[in-house]
Amino acid sequence: MNPRTQFARTAGDVVETDPSVALVYAEISGQFFGEVEARHPDRVINVGIREQLLVNVGAGLALTGMRPIVHTFGSFLVERAFEQVKLGFGHQDVGGVLVGSGGSFDSASAGRTHQVPGDVALMDTLPGVHIHAPSTVAEVDTILRRSVAGSGLHYLRVVGQTNSTSHTDPGLHVVRRGAGATVIALGPVLDATLAATEGLDVTVLYAHSVRPFDNRGLRAVLATPDVVLVEPWLAGTSAHVVGDALRDLPHRLLALGVGRQELRRYGTPADHIAAHGLDAAGIQRSLDGFLSVAA
Amino acid sequence: MSEIPRLMSLMTGDEKHSSAATSTLDVIRVLYERVLDVSPETIGGERRDRFYLSKGHGPMAYYAVLADRGFFPESWLAEWGTFESPLGFHPDRNLVPGVEISSGSLGHGLPLAVGTALGLRAQGIGSRVVVLVGDAELDEGSNHEALELAAALSLDALTVVVVDNRSSSYAVPGRIADRFAAEGWHTVSVDGRDHDALEKALSHRPVGQPNVVVAHVEEKS
Repeated sequence: MNPRTQFARTAGDVVETDPSVALVYAEISGQFFGEVEARHPDRVINVGIREQLLVNVGAGLALTGMRPIVHTFGSFLVERAFEQVKLGFGHQDVGGVLVGSGGSFDSASAGRTHQVPGDVALMDTLPGVHIHAPSTVAEVDTILRRSVAGSGLHYLRVVGQTNSTSHTDPGLHVVRRGAGATVIALGPVLDATLAATEGLDVTVLYAHSVRPFDNRGLRAVLATPDVVLVEPWLAGTSAHVVGDALRDLPHRLLALGVGRQELRRYGTPADHIAAHGLDAAGIQRSLDGFLSVAA
Repeated sequence: MSEIPRLMSLMTGDEKHSSAATSTLDVIRVLYERVLDVSPETIGGERRDRFYLSKGHGPMAYYAVLADRGFFPESWLAEWGTFESPLGFHPDRNLVPGVEISSGSLGHGLPLAVGTALGLRAQGIGSRVVVLVGDAELDEGSNHEALELAAALSLDALTVVVVDNRSSSYAVPGRIADRFAAEGWHTVSVDGRDHDALEKALSHRPVGQPNVVVAHVEEKS
């Protein structure tokens, strides 16, 4: 089981048990939905290769009071169909659960067309949106069920990169306590962050639910006003929420993430993670520079 | 004598109305006065018929008809478009009682209506959803994604009414009805000013296929 197959299994289970839930997809991942689609053809809907329609069909279902799960690769769900997300869900003010797979690195060998490092930043422009980056199969299961049972608009970013431990609550988790800087790992970069901070006197925080951001959790543990963000999507995406949380404190922020420059390289997810400095060695290099200035 | 011209004048300030507003007037009147099963009393009920004004610009006719049917007070009309008014130059479902979708950007109403028709079917609700689009609005490719799927899934709760005032650049005569027909829709073309013809066309619900009513009005009216 990997995060994507777990998503498919949980989504199928939710459709099976809750008649108000519909699953809408656009060919992608159809190999996982055959059984549940055969049993519930009215509520498991393949729209074909039509992503604008995919999102607005989800919104149109929500207008009748149903809870849609809308799924395809993140690049086509969020970027290609963003006006449908903005207007169909946001402006109509109806809720739903959008599940984008692939993220920044899964489709390393497929190239830029299938990579979506900008999804969190783009979704973050929508008022009240919930954004989740589960990092284990257990987190995918828990967060999908919670999002479907909840209300409002949720975006789940389901990717192949994983952490070795699961956390259930949505807020910031204190993974390690230290007297120095605070390093915030968002989504599946916790393992690399822990390895990079081994032996350092820093606090490490983790969250899979990144919007709304847990301002209070950050303030509660802040030792020195030095903050490092590690996020496996566009660098700086969460800088504004940290700035907001610390608005009355003079502070320094190092925002690590995916660079804006297009690599034009293929290879593996690990190649791309390293190229963006998001493996343990890369994070450690960035931390060294930042923390040595503080000392 | 209908109240509608007077209500529209509250927004436009004279008896000459802008073209976008008047092209849709007769279709919207016939829908609310003769076809749709919806009223201010039933607007919150799941079994109401839905009307999606996809072509959201020039909503004066829509607002006038909704005010005339009692969905909101006539006194709202004069202040439309102001900061304090719930009535914008494009309608917002969260602000205006009776408005089913917020529209303005073209090419969203029909795809939303496909989802709504699927939602009605999944819940065993026999209501219908009627979408008004403009002929030039069909330039937007998103409509074509929607009309293909609607026919493939036999969404007979769905009706599209195309108000054709020949405002599309690169139009081809007869293309609109032909394209819907090619995808498997029931099609009919009528005079968009003839209330009896509109009522007959819009009341017809073919079984097993969505239907489109192409309502012809004066060029760029």
